Amino acid sequence: MTARITAFKAVLAATIFFAAAPSWAENVLYRGNAGEPTTLDQHHTSINIEEFILKDLYEGLTIYDAKGVIVPGAAESWTESDDGLTYTFKIRDNAKWSDGSPVTADDFVFSFRRAEDPKTAAAYANILYPIKNAEKINKGELPVDQLGARAVDAKTLELTVAQPTPYFLELLAHQTALPLSKANVEKNGADFVKPGVLVSNGAFKLAEHVANDHLTLVKNPEHWDAANTKLDKVVFYPLEDQAAAVRRYEAGELHVDYNFSADQLPRLRQQFGNEVHVSPALATYYYVFDTRNAPMNDVRVRQALAMGVDRDFLANEIYKGAQQPLYSWIPPGLGNYGEPEKADFANKSQLDREDEALKLLKEAGYGEGGKPLTIEIRYNTNPNHERVATAIADMWKTAFGAQVSLVNLDVSSHYAYLQEGGKFSVARAGWTADYGDAENFLALNTTANKTFNYPHWSNADYDALMAKSYTEKDPAARQKLMHQAEAILVKEQPVTALLVNNDLWLVSKKVQGWYDNANNQHLSRFLSVQN
Amino acid sequence: MISFILRRLASAVPTLFIVVTISFFMMRFAPGGPFNLERPLPPQTMENLNRAYGLDLPLWQQYLRYLGNVVQGDFGPSYVYRDNTVDQLIAMGLPYSIRLGMMALLVALIGGVAAGTYAALRQNSLTDLLVMSVSTVGVTVPNFVVGPVLTLIFAVLLAWLPAGGWGDGSLRFLILPTIALALPQLAVFARLMRGAMIEALHADHIRTVRAYGLPPRTVIVTHAMRAALLPIVSYLAPCAAALLTGSAVIESIFTIPGVGRYFVIGAINRDYTLVMGTVVLIAIFVIVFNLVVDLLYGLLDPRVRHE
Repeated sequence: MTARITAFKAVLAATIFFAAAPSWAENVLYRGNAGEPTTLDQHHTSINIEEFILKDLYEGLTIYDAKGVIVPGAAESWTESDDGLTYTFKIRDNAKWSDGSPVTADDFVFSFRRAEDPKTAAAYANILYPIKNAEKINKGELPVDQLGARAVDAKTLELTVAQPTPYFLELLAHQTALPLSKANVEKNGADFVKPGVLVSNGAFKLAEHVANDHLTLVKNPEHWDAANTKLDKVVFYPLEDQAAAVRRYEAGELHVDYNFSADQLPRLRQQFGNEVHVSPALATYYYVFDTRNAPMNDVRVRQALAMGVDRDFLANEIYKGAQQPLYSWIPPGLGNYGEPEKADFANKSQLDREDEALKLLKEAGYGEGGKPLTIEIRYNTNPNHERVATAIADMWKTAFGAQVSLVNLDVSSHYAYLQEGGKFSVARAGWTADYGDAENFLALNTTANKTFNYPHWSNADYDALMAKSYTEKDPAARQKLMHQAEAILVKEQPVTALLVNNDLWLVSKKVQGWYDNANNQHLSRFLSVQN
Repeated sequence: MISFILRRLASAVPTLFIVVTISFFMMRFAPGGPFNLERPLPPQTMENLNRAYGLDLPLWQQYLRYLGNVVQGDFGPSYVYRDNTVDQLIAMGLPYSIRLGMMALLVALIGGVAAGTYAALRQNSLTDLLVMSVSTVGVTVPNFVVGPVLTLIFAVLLAWLPAGGWGDGSLRFLILPTIALALPQLAVFARLMRGAMIEALHADHIRTVRAYGLPPRTVIVTHAMRAALLPIVSYLAPCAAALLTGSAVIESIFTIPGVGRYFVIGAINRDYTLVMGTVVLIAIFVIVFNLVVDLLYGLLDPRVRHE
């Protein structure tokens, strides 16, 4: 076996040598990206495979560094007014577009207005809603020039927020807040996203794009920090077939590959060791109880069902360790939030949880001798979601004698049903954070949130705590309010968190400067390839 | 002949109209829309998106608008790939699909006819058995198995060929996807050819030319082959239409930038215009190849005449 592996590695090394030979002098990174970007327009984008490319092309006012921490980007510094409502950004003097023209405050104003213009129909317009009048503009109630974004001079940008927004700097690092060259977009219209036309202000510029084959970025010599960009070229491959992506990594055609099938994890770990990166994401997998109807309007039933799920089984048997059990609503990994609030059953054994759950159900009048417990689990069609639903149905049947049926719809239909208020008993949902702040998760369950409050849960204390957290200026006090809100949520269990997703990466030993981080931020400018 | 072609093309217009109409309404019966994503969008954003693409209009207005645009050759914007129109996506992808499909078609046709003829001439021999067993495997093993197995052997273990991608379009990038795409069709051609050839060899006119003492080569190639090719030619139309418009499976396994994936991606994401565009594209290919096959029939079979 050893001999075969050695021979295999020798062949592999030879391939890589020959593959790399023509571009010996160049430092090129080959990145497997989990699919074809649907757009290169920062205002149309909505998924992270686009984010990886866009953040290599463009640089926002703030950026995430290699470790996923917010640092200055196109802005070298900023000040915040005492009332927390006005931010003044100083844009770097040497910040330039790839065509050599300077990056100005006007470019940012233009870009933010475009994001909120209803005609643009930006997928993530809501990211910039904290900016004064943004939401009204996006609804078509005000003209775009009423946006709270103003160019004081060429290099000074003033942003006004409607109310203090403690996570504002995080929002500005989102791909929707990336700037556009006003001159270029006005000249070329919708074609500004094409190679040869696209002008960017990040560490790279667009060289080539063959849809569904590859997308090539080359180093942007005009970038203010170009001296520290080690890569000459980054090639993104849109590899929607995860197994095919792994084979290309094995064949030495990729340095980095994003997302592989969880069932490959044990094998890949054995074969590639620490080239396999499993990094907890700010993304949760949860079940929703429809609190409008019996029996799910009874908190005891919800708690019991939440306890009846063996999360370790889901994480280890179904996801093979590619996901981790989650007992809190907020996933771990948010630096400023600290340890999330776990449900009180988190520290008990599964057997104890089931005993307690049976007691709760009996009190509520269900189970043996009581009313029969009938449950329907809805999920979006996907082999893993099906396995999870089947396992949970079995757990509830075995532990509580519940009658459980399963219903699955394709993803569009599933979420349309939840968002349009369709009745159900239990449904699967997932949430991936748009910015690294606990608020992003907690805001889902406020009464005011008509779209994402799938359980239709309403709790006055929770709403009050969240409302207070928005106006709280002291960061520590604000985190405390959010902790209190989370504690209510995990006690009431209108939603029960099951798993936290991991970001799965294959990163070759040749790649330098890679750090796993919960924000899943991996700008190519911080990476290099050691041949 | 010319009038036959013109008549056939004219009859394609109502066919395409029916295809467009049925698929337009079938797509809309599916619940959800292009903007109901796993990562759901806020209602205001949905409203803006629906307005931007005219999805807020009554369905009959959308239909008439769509029909008006299609007549002018405009299949509308893609809802998923927002940087591109459907016309652009098809124009970018189709040359890749056609090139790969053409190669696969040639491999399948030549390989299948040769293998089938060879097996027919040695009916019930060991060679015949071997060819037929291999072709049974070719038909039954799906290409999502063949593709990965080929890559594992030739790209990962032996490292002779690239594991995927179009690269510079040179032959070494196309060998594996061509084989994976051609294999099932090659097997079908081989089985059809064997059956038809055996039948042709027993036909009266073949016995007659044999009795005249014509050399076996002439008997087979000039006389038997002509009759035996008829079922092959009938199968050619659907086969060519399928291969040239790309295969979603092969394209995603080998990262080929063709149009085959758009039908599947479009249907899953409710990208109405993209699905319609690919449906019409496939319909056009089927119509054209059926016409070509009918013309070929006229050449091969003296009993068929197109007036």
